Amino acid sequence: MSDAITLTGPYKTAEAKGKPRSLRTLVSIRRYASPIVLVCLWQAACSLGLLSTRLVASPLQIAVTGWTLVRDGTLPFNLGVSLLRAGSGLGLAISFGVTLALISGLSRIGEDVVDAPLQVLRTLPALALVPLFILWFGIGETPKILLVALGATFPIYLNLHKGIRSIDPKLVEMASTLGLSRWQTIRDVFLPGALPDFLTGLRYAVGVSWLMLVVAEQVNAESGIGHMMMDAQDFLRTDIILVGLLVYGVLGLISDQIVRFLESALLSWRPDGRKGRTA
Amino acid sequence: MTHTHSEAHPGTAVIVEQLTRRFNNGPPVLDGLDLAIAPGEFVALLGHSGSGKSTLLRTLAGLDPVTDGAVTRPREVSVVFQEHRLLPWKRVWKNVVLGQEDKGIRHRAETVLEEVGLSHRSNAWPLTLSGGEAQRAALARALVREPAFLMLDEPFAALDALTRLKMQQLVADLWKKHGCAVLLVTHDVDEALLLADRAVVLERGRIRVDVPITIPRPRRHSDPGFDALRSLLLDALGVHAA
Ligand SMILES: Nc1ncnc2c1ncn2[C@@H]1O[C@H](COP(=O)(O)OP(=O)(O)O)[C@@H](O)[C@H]1O
Ligand SMILES: [Mg+2]
Repeated sequence: MSDAITLTGPYKTAEAKGKPRSLRTLVSIRRYASPIVLVCLWQAACSLGLLSTRLVASPLQIAVTGWTLVRDGTLPFNLGVSLLRAGSGLGLAISFGVTLALISGLSRIGEDVVDAPLQVLRTLPALALVPLFILWFGIGETPKILLVALGATFPIYLNLHKGIRSIDPKLVEMASTLGLSRWQTIRDVFLPGALPDFLTGLRYAVGVSWLMLVVAEQVNAESGIGHMMMDAQDFLRTDIILVGLLVYGVLGLISDQIVRFLESALLSWRPDGRKGRTA
Repeated sequence: MTHTHSEAHPGTAVIVEQLTRRFNNGPPVLDGLDLAIAPGEFVALLGHSGSGKSTLLRTLAGLDPVTDGAVTRPREVSVVFQEHRLLPWKRVWKNVVLGQEDKGIRHRAETVLEEVGLSHRSNAWPLTLSGGEAQRAALARALVREPAFLMLDEPFAALDALTRLKMQQLVADLWKKHGCAVLLVTHDVDEALLLADRAVVLERGRIRVDVPITIPRPRRHSDPGFDALRSLLLDALGVHAA
């Protein structure tokens, strides 16, 4: 037996010529196979009456209902309302979070004034504030947007604050020997240096936004995906509930992809970002 | 007790008088230190690790306050540290002209990168540079400001031997071209002999040895004139050459 190993690219191996393509399709089929099989089993179970449609609608039924909801405008309308709430809440969270993180990250006094109370507040589960928010802000758009904003502010604040604090002091020192003003130092050193952490925070914030929205819309609302699902519950329409779930899932997936895209576009200076680019 | 940190007009020498520096009321790191550097003079500062070389340099650079004593230096100074301290999120040429915001920055950056032999990497991200290339970029960033006084704090200590030789040659060339006063902190006696007009040794907070190096330039490591100076400096550093 030899201790040597040979590392080669795929083009070198002799029999690989015909294989890779079929192998790759096989791999991608395998990846999608199990969900497809599951959906088929689910459909079969519903068709054969093994699974009560009172508990779970069949995949076909979900597809038909989804299409109907799109056609009659129910889904687009409620989706629009939900997106607006999540978007406004997230927007508020970004402005709050960034402002607070800059205040506490860039000055000692700011840190004492801002960071301590926020560290206490963040241990409270934001969802526990739902009753209070309804009392304070009624049942309009305000409590929903604020609830999203509240939940999403913390990940933004915490990550950006950490990012600013962990900037290499040697770089800041360098900036001062080069005669950069305070504002130039913030713009050229602190902000870009903390951007990776900010984007990590943003990714969490987006996830939290959906979570808060689901709760806010199910507790009390007259529109939105969550309301559509709660309405369906009253009429035992599991198909509509599942359509709502599906929409939430797709929204979460898309927003995560958007943040990932932002990361690869804005952080191309990082070695791993580079790898993703050339590959 | 004097508290002076004056900036003279460009071209003035560096003058340090009775500079004393303590940290947290401990023993003085710099203890009544006197040092003068003429315009355009190249001085090598030697000393043991912890002897206060960086402290002196940081004080000269204005990074540490002058609490006791007086320091006079030109307004335009630049520093190169052992680490390149390039901003990873700015391309090399933008790092070079960091803090400058007028129209001609791109052109100035390209010119100085050409000087240090890095023009082919001007658009690169700093994290893709080799150690030698990064130090070249740091040198370019220091020189683009046309300093009257350039401080180098062990700039080549982290480089491999071959790269270090090239960088020493580069510094010699750049100094000849720019004619600025230079203070090079190093613990490599040969580096000091190769580059400097004068070598000073810092010990217990003061300049204990101050010798001119009069060997004609360009110098080579093998120059026989080095031997006497080398043993003198090694002696001063407490290292006894066999
Ligand atoms: N910021 C600081 N706080 C406390 N002590 C320091 C600080 N900077 C340097 N010193 C001390 O001053 C002495 C000289 O340090 P330094 O100037 O870095 O030495 P050198 O550069 O010659 O190796 C060391 O004993 C070091 O511990
Ligand atoms: Mg040092």
